[in-house]
This record gives sequence, C-alpha cells and structure tokens, in this order.
Amino acid sequence: MASRQSMLQNHPEICRHLLWFFGVAACVKLLLIPSYHSTDFEVHRHWLALTRSLPLSQWYSDETSPWTLDYPPFFAYFEYFLSFFARLVDPQIVDVHQGLNYEADTVVYFQRISVIVSDLCLVYGIYRLTRKLEAKKRVAMWILVIWSPALVIVDHMHFQYNGFLLGLLMLSISYLQDGRDVMGGFLFAVLLCFKHLFAVAGPVYFVYLLRHYCRGGLLKGLGRLAAMGTVVVAVFAAAFGPFFYHGQIQQVISRMFPFGRGLCHAYWAPNFWVFYIILDKGLAFLLKKFGIDIPTPAASFTGGLVGDSSPFAVLPQVTPLSTLIMVLLALSPCLVKIWKNPHPGSVARWISYAYTCGFLFGWHVHEKASLHFVIPLAIVAVQSLEDAQHYFLLSIATCYSLFPLLYEAQEYPIKVVLLLLHSMLMWFGFSAKFSKVKPPTISDNKKTRKKGSSSSSSRSGEEGEFVIGWGGKCYIIGIVIVETWGQLLHPYFLGDKLPFAPLLLISIYCGVEVVYSWVWQLKRIMAD
Amino acid sequence: MFGLLVRWTVSLHSYSGAGNPPKFGDYEAQRHWMEITVNLPAQDWKLLMRFTVLSSDLLIFFPSVLYFIHAYYDVHSRGRKADVAWHILLILINPCLVLIDHGHFQYNCISLGLALAAVAAILSQRDLLACVLFCLSLNHKQMSTYFAPAFFSHLLGKCLRRKHPLLEISKLGLVVLGTFAMVWWPYLHSRDAALQVLSRLAPFERGIYEDYVANFWCTSSVLIKWKRLFPTQSLRLFSMVATILACLPSMIQQILAPSSKGFLYGLLNSSLSFYLFSFQVHEKSILLPLLPATLLAMEWPRPFKLLTHYALFSMFPLVCRDNLILPYIALYALCIFLYHPPGGRWDDSKRQGSTPLSLVSVLLTLAYLGSLVLHIVYLTVRPPERYPFLFEALIMLLSFSHFVLFAFHTNTKQWMLSGHLIGSDKGKKQH
Repeated sequence: MASRQSMLQNHPEICRHLLWFFGVAACVKLLLIPSYHSTDFEVHRHWLALTRSLPLSQWYSDETSPWTLDYPPFFAYFEYFLSFFARLVDPQIVDVHQGLNYEADTVVYFQRISVIVSDLCLVYGIYRLTRKLEAKKRVAMWILVIWSPALVIVDHMHFQYNGFLLGLLMLSISYLQDGRDVMGGFLFAVLLCFKHLFAVAGPVYFVYLLRHYCRGGLLKGLGRLAAMGTVVVAVFAAAFGPFFYHGQIQQVISRMFPFGRGLCHAYWAPNFWVFYIILDKGLAFLLKKFGIDIPTPAASFTGGLVGDSSPFAVLPQVTPLSTLIMVLLALSPCLVKIWKNPHPGSVARWISYAYTCGFLFGWHVHEKASLHFVIPLAIVAVQSLEDAQHYFLLSIATCYSLFPLLYEAQEYPIKVVLLLLHSMLMWFGFSAKFSKVKPPTISDNKKTRKKGSSSSSSRSGEEGEFVIGWGGKCYIIGIVIVETWGQLLHPYFLGDKLPFAPLLLISIYCGVEVVYSWVWQLKRIMAD
Repeated sequence: MFGLLVRWTVSLHSYSGAGNPPKFGDYEAQRHWMEITVNLPAQDWKLLMRFTVLSSDLLIFFPSVLYFIHAYYDVHSRGRKADVAWHILLILINPCLVLIDHGHFQYNCISLGLALAAVAAILSQRDLLACVLFCLSLNHKQMSTYFAPAFFSHLLGKCLRRKHPLLEISKLGLVVLGTFAMVWWPYLHSRDAALQVLSRLAPFERGIYEDYVANFWCTSSVLIKWKRLFPTQSLRLFSMVATILACLPSMIQQILAPSSKGFLYGLLNSSLSFYLFSFQVHEKSILLPLLPATLLAMEWPRPFKLLTHYALFSMFPLVCRDNLILPYIALYALCIFLYHPPGGRWDDSKRQGSTPLSLVSVLLTLAYLGSLVLHIVYLTVRPPERYPFLFEALIMLLSFSHFVLFAFHTNTKQWMLSGHLIGSDKGKKQH
C-alpha cells in the first residue's frame, strides 16, 4: 500500500478514511441480514420486550421465557433504550407474550441494523487508538479489527452485541495509553456493568491503576485512590442502585452468575480443559487396559454439578473455585510485572493476556469469548514483526474455532471466504508494513497465503520480511486437513457415527494454538 | 489492498446468492430444465442451484476477467497496479450482474464470460480463438447476438487490411461453422429438429415489448401505440431495420478503421443499439451493454458511474418484485464506496481538471436527484388508479433518455478515435 498520505494527515482525513472502512463493512453486513441467527437473537428480542413492557422490579425475576436476563443492569438499560425504536418499527417485537419467537422481517431487520449501528462504538474506539499511529500501522489495525471475520460471524450472523462492548474496552485502553487513568478506569467500570464477563481483566486494571495512578507519596496516593474508588462506586451505584432499592439484588446476582452450568459449554471451547478432559479419558482407558478398575463417572462435563460426583474418572475434580484460582495463578506473573513497572505502552498486552488466561482456565467458557483477547491483541500486533506473525496464526485459529457456530450449509461458503479473505488482507497489510524494500509484486497477489520465502527473520522490531515459519505453515495446512476431514472424509467413512468427533478435533486443534499463544504472550510480557 | 480485493467479490456473490429468496419464474424455469436430468428433494434444490451459479461464475467468468485484464493492460501498457486492481473489482462487482445471476437467478455469467474471453482474445490478436469463444457464447445464450455486429465489423475490418482478405474471411467462416456444428451436433440429424430449436430460441409471437423496458418501442408506446397500429410482422421488420440502422455507424467505423479500443466502443454501441431497438427486450438485457461499459470503466469514469446508476435504476421494478431491495441497496452503496476509495486515486476529476458547470451537467444532476426520489416514491406511494404503471413509466422514461444520450456519446467517441475520418453530423459535444 503506497503511503501516498503523509504522516501529518489531519484528523478529518483519517475520519473519512475510517468511515470508508466502516461503510464497506456495513454493506457486507447488510447483505448478511437474511443469514442464519441463533437463539441469541430471540434472547435479545425477549430482553427488548422485557425491558419495555415490565417495570424495573420485574426485569430480573420474570419467567415468561427461558431466556432470562443474565447481563448486568447497564445492558438492560441499553435494551430499554433500543426498545423505544423497536416499538416504533413494530409493536409486536416488544410484546412479552405475543412476541415470543417472533421471526418476522421487521424484527430481523431492526435487530441486525441495531448491531451494525452499535458497531460505531467500536469504530470510535479504534479511531482514538489509531489516530496517532503512522498510516500503514493504522490501516493494518483497521483491517484487523473493523474487518475481523470473527466479529462478523459472531455479531452479525450468530447474533450478539460484542461490537460496542469491545468498543468500550478499546476506548478504555486508549485512555490508559494516553495516560488518562481516571477515564480509563471509569470506562472499564461502565463496561463491567454491561457485561460482567469482562471482569477477568479486573486484577490487571486494579494493579495498574494502583501503581500508575495512585502515586506520588502516601497522602496524594491515597487521595487518588479515593478518587478512583469513588468513580467506580458511582458507576456501580448507577447500575445496581435501583435494584438495591427494590431489594432485588440477590436475584440479580443469582441471574448473573448461574453456577448450575458445567465446566464446558455444549461445544467445547478450545481451552485448557479440553486437554484436561482428554487426558482424563485417556488415562482411564489406559488404566482399564492394565486391569485397574475405574468406575465410569455419572456426571457429564456439560451438565451441572451433580452433588459431589465428579465427571472425571481419574484426575481430580474441577470446581468453579479451582478454575478461579487457576486463572489468578496464571495472571500472577503478569501482575507482578505490572507492579514493578506500570508503563502505559504495554497496557493492551496485559489486558489481552488477562483475557487469554480467563479463556484458557475459566469455567463454562464459550468459544465466542476468544473475541475478548483477539481484538485487543490487534493493538499490539502492529507493533513488531513477531507480534504480527503471532497474531496472524492466532486470529486464523480462533476464527476457525468459530466455524461450528454456523452449521448450516448455506453459510459455509460465507465463513470460509470471510476467513480466507481476511487472511489475505492480513498478509498484505503486514507485508506492506514489515517489508525490507517494496510491497510484494502483483504476481504474488493471486496465489494463496501458503507461501513464504525461505528464511524467516527472527529479529524483533520493525525490520525484516513478514513470513511464516515452518511451524506456522504446518499449522495452517493442518487446519485445511481438519476441515477436509470434518466436512468430507468423516461423513464418507464413518457416516453418522461419532458426530461430535469433528467438533472435538476442531476444539483440540485450535486449543493447541491458544495454549501456544498463552505461553508466547507470557514470555513476551516477562521479557518486556 | 491490491488484487486480493478481487477475492472480496467472491464473498459478495455468495452473500447475495445464499441469502435471498429465489424468483419463481426464472428459477423454476432453470430448475425444470435441470430436473429433466436429475432428481433431488425440494429443499436441496435452492442450495444446489445457488452453488451451480456460483461455481459457473467462478469457473468461467472470473478467468475471463483475468484474461481480459491481462490483454487490455498489455495493449495499453499504462496504469498502475492500483488501477488494475480497481478495474478488476469494478468488472467483478458489476451490481446488475450480481443481482441478476445470484439474486434473481440466471446463468448470464457463462455467456458473458465466454463473450468476455472472446473480447480478450481479440485484444491479444488471437482472432480464431475469439471466433470459437464467441460462437460458444452465442450458443449458450442467444442474447450474445447483441455483440455480434461489433465482432463482425471489427474482424471484417481487420481482414480487409491483411494481404489475402478472402483467405482470412474464409478461415474465420470455417471456424464459426465448425463450432456451430460441434455444438448443434445432436440436433443436426434432421431439418425438423434444427428448426424446432430455432423456433424455441426466437419466440416472435410474444410481441415487441413486455412490461416496461427502457427501450425505444416501450417508451415511445406512451405516444404511439405500436401494438395496436401495426401487426407483429411489420413490427418485426421495423425493429430489425431500426436496430441495424442504429448500429450501422459503429460498424462502419470498425470496418474502415479497426482498433482495439474502437472494438470495445463498438461492443458498447452495438449492444446499446440492440437494447434500444430490438424485439422482445428484457430489462435484464441491460447487462449486455453494461459489460463493455465496465471494460471501458477506466477510460471514462464519470459517465460510467451514471450508466451503472441508470442501469440499476431501470432494473429497480424487477428488483422490487423479487424482494431483492436489500441487496440492491447494499450493492449500490458498496459501488459508491468502491468508486470513491480513500486517497481518491480512481476518481480522475483531478486529472481532467474541474469540468465547467454547464447546463448539461446541471440537467444531469437534476435527473439524478429525480431518479433517487423516484426510488423512494416507487416503494412508498401508491400510483393513481387511472395509471397503475405510472412510476414504472417514469423510471423507464428517465432511463431511456439517459441511454439515448449515452448512445450518442459513445458513438461520437468511437468516431473520434479514428481521427482522419470526420463524421459529418455526429459533432455532438462531449459531456
């Protein structure tokens, strides 16, 4: 990408450029409106109806639909805000009883367009993050985030509102990077009141703000601590206050933290527990072969905790508490690092690491949660060659792990093409940024990404060609093999038997990359 | 962001294809033709059909585009990499083609792809190959006859310039006959069979126009009721004469002074004249003039944008009937975005210098705004009882007037190319 624009580009120019990216993405998203949507669609529609038709005191106790409100109050207020417009479009959307499983065109259009519009929050967050970067880095980041296929698949097809939540996160990071800690902390508190799943990065924020903001002697430090604390408490009060007033707070908490669920989601997210389970089953199998009697466990991994019985045959049981401890353990080296040297430049790295740990070791993790660490990592990906190489593989793996979300045949070409296209865009974006001389020639453009020159540069920093080493190439080829197996060979050879096997394979394969990424991120943080 | 954006269009095609309801008319027609050969349960059909269009598009149209770009830029040997990429993109995201083939459902991409490959072959001086390809295109869909005069005149012109014109002509003739023979082989065993095929191909009983197409007969029928005044036979004669007359100037130009660029303009002119004056034209036939227009897109960006707009606009009633309004809007918006990339390297207004605010451009802008308003009016307002098709007629009128203007513009451009031949009364000013 020839950098015709000088680095001293003014802000309106950048805005226009960014809005162009958003516009093109919006057109594509518009075209995706009729595509498959999951039960999450009905969930959000029900919440629109709930917040519109019922008084506040009943929001968290209503039982009309199995899709009860399990996000914190700010999200409920957001749905309430949207419901005004929903009612204008079609009153039946917001009817609690008549609107159940309502699938008409109006509600589909309304909800899809609301997601597209709410993505503007993400656009703003990215704008704030990238306006001071140089042109190539900036455009590369825009490609990575605004045209992220994982975000399109989850938000605009499967249907969720991650775009604007991630936008809030990006905004918070941008303020922290600018050194404006209060704003950063404030936005994070707001984000937590929208979706409490983001609390995994809480320790990072806490330690960072404590060390970076509450400095300057005991008195001043304490004063600042008090200031920050007041802000956070104020945010939470605004969110939860009305529910305290109605005496509902117990109900709200119990809805927000449903501990009846199992260790894994129905489709196993590619995290650490997949390997733990497989190890357990493998050991059980081996030990049985050696004649040792192992009772088959009664409980299952995806069901809830059934009394004291463990779903594990050999290895120790895992409880929510133990997962929490593991997450904190994994986070601790990072926290120590932050304590020693809280400098704003690495904030994004730490936060992404926190979400990676949460994803790997958390309880009942969805594969969609991979968005939480992949998107912030994009901020870091443009900083150096190694980061870019790491990000390239990670985003492909996590996007591929989302494929089982769209299981209908008509979405198959879409998800494959989205991933391929994004990979190519990434490749070219990175190559343009990290090249010794000129961007690659046009003859390279039409070939696939499975190419690379022989020597891979191991120098960090901005020099060197963007190439993928042998490990990376093998991994990508492996993805093709896994997909071919799942789509073609498995039905051909095994027919209907073992239907979960391809999904398991995808989980494991992507899990490998996620674990590798975790280790890599940790090493990078420690080396900083 | 170079030629990889080409791949983008692949995704685009699959969206409009996969996500939208098929139109029962054409869809059922195509499906019925296939059902004669294969049997499948109903719900799998939709998926299968979409996939077949997509794959035929991929296999035939895309390579043709690449071939064309290769030939075109070899000849003209200018243009930066970015231009090439944008050009590819524009040809591939031809919104009309995407909408019709993947939304409304047809297989135009095959015949257009073959015709495009033929064009590319001519540009790279491989005339015999071009003949074969064009004949194949003709045999896939007889709508390709729209391009026939251009091919004919260009090749004739070239042959006349060679040392042994008769030999060249006979070589071409043999190739054409050979290709036809190969394709029609199963039907050549008896005269009756061949005649049956022919009669199915050209249904003259249907009448000179149907619905509201932006061509001459339809538009002027507001004033002159052709169907009532003349029998079908004479109307057939009229349309043939009118069509030939309309494409005569461009044919003559090519015979006298064949050139690659002139050939492209010739394609545009002949297809436009066929569209305007031919028998039984569909709104979808606007695809045919639009193809050479996209090929020439880099030469005259502003008129091209207008042409695309009016081509889409003339198809709007059809789009509404098929519930394809959403992809229409999305594709239209996408085209606007692609025509104005950040950095503005494609919009050559800086290159040409600012055009003066003449009466023509004011009128054009007004008409453009009017067409936008008509979009909304068509969707929301109910037409008066006396004129139930008022809005279709208005759309048709606007589109037709612009197409006529284009026809004049492109004809003059083609004549301007051969500088030594001064057209007598074709001195209409360029916009």
